[in-house]
Amino acid sequence: MKNKDKELLRVEDLRVHFELKGSMTGSLLGKKKKTLKAVDGVSFSLYAGEILALVGESGSGKTTIGKAILHLLDQTKGSIIFQGQEIGTSPQELKAFRRNAQMIFQDPYQSLNPRHYIMDIVAEPLDVNGLVKSTGERTRLVKEALEQAGLSPGEDYFYRYPYQLSGGQRQRVVVASALILDPLFIVADEPVSMLDASIRTGILRLMLKLREDKGLAYLFITHDISLAWLISDRIAILYLGKIMEIGSGDEIVKNGLHPYTKALMAIMPKPGQSRFDERPVLEGETPNAAIDIKGCKFSSRCPIVHQRCREEEPILREISPGHLLACHFV
Amino acid sequence: MNSVKMELRKRKIKEFAHQVRVNKMAFVGSLTLGFFILVAIFGPILVPFDVMKFGLATEMLMPPSSQHILGTDDMGRDVLAYLISGARVSLMVGALATLLSMGIGTLIGIVAGYKGKVIDNVLMRITDFFLVIPWLPLMMVLAAILGTSIWNIILVIGITSWAGTARIVRAQTLSVREQQFVERTVSLGAGSIHIMIHHILPNVFPLIFANTVLIAAAAITSETTLSFLGLGDPSHASWGMMLHYAFETGATSAGAYWYFLPPGLCVVAVVLAFTLMGYAFDEILNPKLKER
Amino acid sequence: MKLLEVNHLHTYFKTGRGVLKAVNDVSFSLGQGEALGIVGESGCGKTTAALSICHLLPKEGFIHGGEILLEGRDLVALSQEEIRKHRWKDVSMIFQGAMNAFNPVLTIGKQISEVIVLHEKVSEKEALERTKELLDWVEIPRERHSQYPHEFSGGMKQRAMIAMALACSPKIIIGDEPTTALDVMVQAQILNLLEKLRKATNMGMILITHDLSILGETCDKIGVMYAGKMVEIGSVDNIFKESAHPYTKRLIGCFPDIDGDKVVPKGIDGFPPDLYDPPSGCPFHPRCDYVIDICREEMPSSIEIQGDHKVACHRWEDVAHEK
Repeated sequence: MKNKDKELLRVEDLRVHFELKGSMTGSLLGKKKKTLKAVDGVSFSLYAGEILALVGESGSGKTTIGKAILHLLDQTKGSIIFQGQEIGTSPQELKAFRRNAQMIFQDPYQSLNPRHYIMDIVAEPLDVNGLVKSTGERTRLVKEALEQAGLSPGEDYFYRYPYQLSGGQRQRVVVASALILDPLFIVADEPVSMLDASIRTGILRLMLKLREDKGLAYLFITHDISLAWLISDRIAILYLGKIMEIGSGDEIVKNGLHPYTKALMAIMPKPGQSRFDERPVLEGETPNAAIDIKGCKFSSRCPIVHQRCREEEPILREISPGHLLACHFV
Repeated sequence: MNSVKMELRKRKIKEFAHQVRVNKMAFVGSLTLGFFILVAIFGPILVPFDVMKFGLATEMLMPPSSQHILGTDDMGRDVLAYLISGARVSLMVGALATLLSMGIGTLIGIVAGYKGKVIDNVLMRITDFFLVIPWLPLMMVLAAILGTSIWNIILVIGITSWAGTARIVRAQTLSVREQQFVERTVSLGAGSIHIMIHHILPNVFPLIFANTVLIAAAAITSETTLSFLGLGDPSHASWGMMLHYAFETGATSAGAYWYFLPPGLCVVAVVLAFTLMGYAFDEILNPKLKER
Repeated sequence: MKLLEVNHLHTYFKTGRGVLKAVNDVSFSLGQGEALGIVGESGCGKTTAALSICHLLPKEGFIHGGEILLEGRDLVALSQEEIRKHRWKDVSMIFQGAMNAFNPVLTIGKQISEVIVLHEKVSEKEALERTKELLDWVEIPRERHSQYPHEFSGGMKQRAMIAMALACSPKIIIGDEPTTALDVMVQAQILNLLEKLRKATNMGMILITHDLSILGETCDKIGVMYAGKMVEIGSVDNIFKESAHPYTKRLIGCFPDIDGDKVVPKGIDGFPPDLYDPPSGCPFHPRCDYVIDICREEMPSSIEIQGDHKVACHRWEDVAHEK
């Protein structure tokens, strides 16, 4: 159950910059190497038992944030604080942290080793961390995890290969392997976008049930704002590596104030509602994150852009309890 | 639960065996190879001619007869007996040299491919070195330095042939490394060694398997070549040594075809068998990968 | 006479495992300037139906029965030579993942011109002129015709694909998941573009997708497919508000509606059917809430409820009246 007092994870001014390899002539001519600023100053908290959605299009940095939190990528700057302490970089500290934080990946067809039995895939977190002493215990934990993920009876799945399972079942295997260490939170990167609509609901229900039963928190990464609204408590809207707006699901979707949020809501299809006018789209596409942008990241496409936006970057500030916005003019 | 695992393993082996039977190249290849292996293991027991028994001067270089099916050599020894014990040596050297070569090649290929950066660079430069050096002169030099014992021969062949494998394995490792299931394992906190053994290796295995068979063919050819040139081990007579003596003692110019033709044909047959199997395994193992 | 009429189409695949009935009795029609959406989940046969119309089936595929009438002319009965002549001229297609179907070593302009030169007796110069016009249509700056695919973003490549599909001024354009791999904003742009083109040229459009919410926005009619059958077809209101098929109802429920309750929908239990060995009777019966004995024995035929609203279900009346 959500416990607002218990802050599980806090991210402070997270920056993840990738250095792009320059060309040889470029380096000969003394040209500066470009950096791709995938995440450029992101701060937020995740509370125990909460589901926070990171919503954005490609290039928004949402997946990069998830991977940086799990230390799959090196952060360039900023802090990631877990249960009040900054996560160290020593292998032991990382190992301890990883037992509390797990990841679910987008592609159920690619995230499982095709040559491993399901049993071994689900048991891998235990094996890697040296947590089981006997085969009996290992088998029992795998069976439990599979059944918690909705694959019952667990034994039936032990000696099958991934290719023998459907997409939905594979994703449940991924969930089972994430559960087996009894983590405190899970980073779910587009966990249902590759599944058929009728199968998605099963996985979503499973995730919610696990939150109910075990108090699991989720960082739910998606590009689908209606899906984010359906499943999460809070939504953070990301654009080019920064949070534009963050608030409760209903606040963002029904009362979103940032021009980008409003643009996303305006073009969102509503089932069963015909659209007779042209969709109010933003011009162009998301600019390249390798190009340095002065001021607000959204200034090049914002319908209400002013001169100040191009010079000064807006700070994320609270405009009503729990609702934060990064814009000069709203 | 483990009986289930065993059942599945048995089934997998059966399926593989079926595929081998169905694929003509694999079938012919494995039959031929099987034959030679059986001969190598059981031959000396079935054909009780004592190889070391020298014959009388009158029995030297006798053409095939009812007493000696393949005739005798320059020392009066029965050629067939000699051939069979030679099989043992040739195949054993081939097998061990292959194991050594594949072992080194796979290890270096996977480590270089997975670790990347400095380790990759260093290992690849070493590999390039071994790749570029002409193997025959190198083998001859090493044989001359280390001596011509059978173990040195195995060592020499192993050392000079691993580079090609390393290259191929590294390339495959690079692609497997990018797969999402590897990323997942990293996120679980797995170390490099765990990933290389449990994830990279199984997915590189089919490639290695097909490559191994071809390396084995090359190993046997190498041993035969070395022996023929006089760098072989005199106390372990392989087919190559037979060819060497045939040449040295003038049997070839004397027209004693029964002496040099059988070992030559045997080498050809075994190498051909391995090659056929190599091509066939590639075919068999690849569609399965596609299925997944 | 309707622009396109597909009657009882059956398209099968010959495979090592037997005959796969990918499309197993599908009927629909498309009028001039009309937009039809076909929705269904993976394996339902929607892509195969589209490929059948364009005569672009792989070699294992064959049209087992039915007719495809384009302005009255049956495309199924055409000879190979006639198919080759008419391909792309009357009906063109934007494929799934088409953005990756460009040849990386040829310029975009060249690839579009190639299509024109192949189908019409024009010089390369004229083809290039026409290509530039097409780029105008899809809102790509003309000068970019000399650029290579890697210089185009995902959205731009999709626009270039649309330009290619329009090259021979087809009467019908079929889009197979045309926006699936794109960002939501780009998706909106592409959908706007398709709408604009449809209105300007009055061509018929068939949009195939698994995303039902997009179809509700711009299509005039929506057809729902399951296991190779068209289980329901009708206007947007028919489908969303007056659905008479259990699958349609459940499927609609799977798409979040921010104006409704914040409840995760029930989804559909079970698995999609094995098309090599489909269930007896109605293919949906193992997963259906309304199943009765007849569903297991007899395949329901398509019943006309009202005008263009047709459904294939034994218990459609009960389904339609339950809210």
